[in-house]
Amino acid sequence: MKEKFKRLFSGGLGQMTIPIIALALLVIFNLIRDTSFFSIGIMHNNDGNAVLSGNIITIINGASELAILAMGMTLVTAACGGQDISVGAAAAIAGSVFVKVLKASTAISGGTVVLAFLCACIVAMLFALFNGTLVAVFKIQPMIATLILYTCGRSIAYWINGGATPTVYSSIITAIGGFIPGIPVPTPVLIVVVMALLFRVLFHFTSLRLFTQSVGINGDAARLNGINSTFIKLLSFLILGVCVAVSGCIGVSRLGLINHETLLLDIEMDTILAVAIGGNSLGGGKFKIGGSIIGAYVIQTLTITLYAMKVSSTDVKAYKAIVIILMVVIGSPVVKERFGKFMARLVHGSKRVSVKGVEE
Amino acid sequence: MKGTIFQRREPLNDTQLLMTITIGIFVVMYMLAVILLGGGFLHAQQIFDMLNDNASLVIVSCGLTIVMIGGGIDISVGAVTSLVVMSCVLYLNKGGNIFISILLAVGIGLVFGLVQGFLISYMEIQPFIVTLAGMFFARGMTTILSVNPQKVDHEAFSKLRDTKIEISWLGYKAKNGNLVPARIELGVVVAVVCVILAFLLLKYLRLGRGFYAIGGNQKSALMLGINVKLTRFMSYVICGLLSGISGYVFMMHTGAGNATNAAGMEMNAIAASIIGGTLLTGGVGNVIGTLFGVLTLTTIKKIVVSSGLNDPWWQSITTGGMLCFFILLQSIVLGRRAKKKKT
Amino acid sequence: MQEECLLTMRQIDKRFPGVVALNGVDFTLRKGEIHALMGENGAGKSTLIKVLTGVYQMDGGEIRVEGKPIFIKSPQDAQNHGISTVYQEITLCPNLTVAENMFIGREDSVWVRRGKYEKRAEEILMDLGVPARSTQQLGDCSLAVQQMVAIARAVDMKCKVLILDEPTSSLDDKEVQMLFSLMKDLKSQGVGIIFVTHFLEQVYEVSDRITVLRNGELVGEYLTEELPQVQLVSKMIGKELEELSNLGETEEKNSEEQEVFYEAEGLSSSAARPFDFSIRKGEVNGFTGLLGSGRSESVRAIFGADKVNGGTVKIKGQEVKITRPIDAMKNGIGYLAEDRKRDGIIADLSVRENIILAMQVMNGMFKPISRSESEAFADEYIKVLNIKTASRETPVGSLSGGNQQKVILARWLLTHPDYLILDEPTRGIDVGTKLEIQKLVLKLAEEGVSVTFISSEVEEMLRTCSRLIVMRDRYIVGELKGSDLNQTQVMKTIAGGEA
Repeated sequence: MKEKFKRLFSGGLGQMTIPIIALALLVIFNLIRDTSFFSIGIMHNNDGNAVLSGNIITIINGASELAILAMGMTLVTAACGGQDISVGAAAAIAGSVFVKVLKASTAISGGTVVLAFLCACIVAMLFALFNGTLVAVFKIQPMIATLILYTCGRSIAYWINGGATPTVYSSIITAIGGFIPGIPVPTPVLIVVVMALLFRVLFHFTSLRLFTQSVGINGDAARLNGINSTFIKLLSFLILGVCVAVSGCIGVSRLGLINHETLLLDIEMDTILAVAIGGNSLGGGKFKIGGSIIGAYVIQTLTITLYAMKVSSTDVKAYKAIVIILMVVIGSPVVKERFGKFMARLVHGSKRVSVKGVEE
Repeated sequence: MKGTIFQRREPLNDTQLLMTITIGIFVVMYMLAVILLGGGFLHAQQIFDMLNDNASLVIVSCGLTIVMIGGGIDISVGAVTSLVVMSCVLYLNKGGNIFISILLAVGIGLVFGLVQGFLISYMEIQPFIVTLAGMFFARGMTTILSVNPQKVDHEAFSKLRDTKIEISWLGYKAKNGNLVPARIELGVVVAVVCVILAFLLLKYLRLGRGFYAIGGNQKSALMLGINVKLTRFMSYVICGLLSGISGYVFMMHTGAGNATNAAGMEMNAIAASIIGGTLLTGGVGNVIGTLFGVLTLTTIKKIVVSSGLNDPWWQSITTGGMLCFFILLQSIVLGRRAKKKKT
Repeated sequence: MQEECLLTMRQIDKRFPGVVALNGVDFTLRKGEIHALMGENGAGKSTLIKVLTGVYQMDGGEIRVEGKPIFIKSPQDAQNHGISTVYQEITLCPNLTVAENMFIGREDSVWVRRGKYEKRAEEILMDLGVPARSTQQLGDCSLAVQQMVAIARAVDMKCKVLILDEPTSSLDDKEVQMLFSLMKDLKSQGVGIIFVTHFLEQVYEVSDRITVLRNGELVGEYLTEELPQVQLVSKMIGKELEELSNLGETEEKNSEEQEVFYEAEGLSSSAARPFDFSIRKGEVNGFTGLLGSGRSESVRAIFGADKVNGGTVKIKGQEVKITRPIDAMKNGIGYLAEDRKRDGIIADLSVRENIILAMQVMNGMFKPISRSESEAFADEYIKVLNIKTASRETPVGSLSGGNQQKVILARWLLTHPDYLILDEPTRGIDVGTKLEIQKLVLKLAEEGVSVTFISSEVEEMLRTCSRLIVMRDRYIVGELKGSDLNQTQVMKTIAGGEA
């Protein structure tokens, strides 16, 4: 019995406990509030496709960019012990490049979209390389290093398209941002699945996980064991760069236009939150990508729930903050310890048992 | 006593070194501005304007510097400033008392500081997450209070707002021959007082040295018998308090509340602290440096604007460039010192 | 018992998840005595100290200072009760000045009276002969000086109980003597000193009384003069020690005729002066010298751990370039770093992951070792090296020091190195494990692995090495082998005697 509690609050499942419980609570809350909140229906969109609809689809669809960024951010957090706060700005740059290339061609075919995406990817990776170099080579704290791009990233995006917010008309773009004809699941969701699978494959066929964790936990030791920690850190940023490009392109495709001011605005904050809610230490080290993905859905569920409760989009932040704080307070080591002690006392009567505290 | 000061000169420590570099660069940059852009920068009013416009940023940056020296971070400062402005504006417009409005401002800041400090220090939650939530909460509350811009309509406050210290001998002759005295807003006085108090706190108070200690090595600080939790808690409380004061100063400068007030101020404050020589890793920094950080940041923006690059995006790109420059400079300077120490 | 009891700890209990760290331990410290606290790693010494200094809360028991029961909730509490500690690792703030480090956390007013503190600090430093200025930034001082500042701080606190936790591990002989005379000084002033160390000779040199712990339990309290060294060791590891003396006899193997495995000429790095060095297949040699003599820096240069500046390196006669650790590893060299915590273990990762790390790095990123394979490796080495861990998935940081060291050894053994560099593999670990490691070194040599061994304990090196390279002031000053391999000769060479 005691073992079970221990596992729940410290080991194995522990990291995922909070986000899963939070998600479950949100779902239950919504079910009580409105029993039809999670009903899924099939409706026909403007193009006449049969597509899934309903709040749950809106949530999963809307969280796509966040989930993708959270995956990359988890890796950077783990390797560098810090966060990239420039992902929103970088996504705006990637989106601008995407649109710029699309606009440059006369007709938008599948090939041009791929080309545009590759260009966006390369540009995003270049900026990621800049961030990564500052962090890995010059040993600057990630938050500070990425503050540079955070400050001027959207201005660079502005410059790429000359300050305009060009619109792209293409069925391919609509399909990327919405639905592929014949498939009822929103395309961004499919992209999330593909990205998650790619990460899975990456970790299965390489020892990136072990190396990243080693670098994040003890960089000196990792170096003396022959791990090139500079390379690992750069790599984590480059992978995040790809995630940034993907989510930037999804963001652009949803609206069919690039607005450098508002594209994925404030998403860096949500991304970092997703990573933290997912139970990953923001100080680096061990990580679980799955936790971050669930974290992303928790945030999105919360946002949509608030919208459904007629909270205006500007006010949502305040309520979100309260829920986030509640969540992290429950997940905090102090509360965990107290709660663990309390539970142990319940189980063992008056016997004194210390649950937390590991010898150094 | 006097003897000991001159007896032995210690080499500059990290804090002093970084601060000296910043001040040097500010001076060089300002002289550059005078040479390249001429006249305007020679007037004392130019410096006072820089202070007038940025008094609240100076105050906020001081608070942030203290938190950063303690090894933490507070990104809620801009949002708290904005919330304070909106609350005070609405309160004053309901015909409130001016003293109570000041108390309100300080109170809001203090509450944020207390709650965030408690969560970070005693609940051991990562500061980034707590203050991020604090930022969301403050921004959300601001829009809940009012989405529309609100102008203050309050007689006593207007008087306070328009009170300016005029120094005639520092003034300049306008084109029509009238002497325009140099004007300093009350907010600047508040900011200067805050900087001086923060400086004294950091240098001569037990608490202040405690901030350096926990930022330098938290485990050691604990072993040395410092109450690490209380010290960290206090750093956030002071930062919150200063955010509240900053909000009031902001309102005295603009005389209006707007949901987008002080947008991005937290990042400017972080930038100013870094340019002023504060390390995010903690333990190194100084509010005087931060003051010059703000001035440097402002000067470069002024130079950009005066050079005719009026687009707002030029400003953020130059700020980014500046930041990049200073961050690399810090990294190189401290890296060299560390190497020198080894050999 | 006529002496006045200064500190009594009765029936102290402390539990961690899955581990009973202290089980009803008693400890008594009298006024004006130096009391050595001995035990293997994991015996509960550090836990007892941490309970006493308020880092951990005890789960049961009673602590009395001068007869009055006290409750210690934090290090500050401990200080207020007159209990000061100087830890093994420096627990001062490098970004503050020496004076500030001596006075912070115990100021008598809200204000920092800088001038007063600096004057007082200068006096104390002068008194104790610590070569530091009070206005100096602590980070600019050497580690030894930093340690002495920590002691100076404790001395000035008029403490009744002074705890010295492995204070001598980063000091050289002269500094150790300085510390001992200081300890005797304090003793005569009536201070009770708890002395935790692994150096047996030092215990016999200064301590009056010895308390031995084993596996979290009290073995006994003895007067130092009544407890012979051999008995002390046997009490610590809980078995009689024929093995200790047996080991010496497995010596005298000759590897002269074996081929040279590694050869360096004029090798230098950012930390090490140019030096020549070679080792034969199956040879065990060692670098010796005082701390800071360049012994660690030299082996780091061999492994490419610091930036290599110049020199030629040959492996089996072939010229190779070793500039990074990975180059060395690819050439069959393994390196167990001096600082286990900083350069060795990846604390949060499991024992299994720590063991396969080096092998995985050599395999490269695209050939991950499968889960089942790595489990098999881990299990094998946990058994072979007798690593005491709850399971292979236990985070290595929660193991005791000796077992952590074994995990790192396992990591390198798994790569099947031709040449293994062991820098202080036995530092800060218990006698039993020390012995196991020494045996392992000899066994490896028999199997044809070359080993370079560094230890602060000359005796240990004499037991294992067939050749000793002596360093002083970052230069190689001598090479001893054969009949020259005895304590006196080594000491003479280290000290620079012309005789």
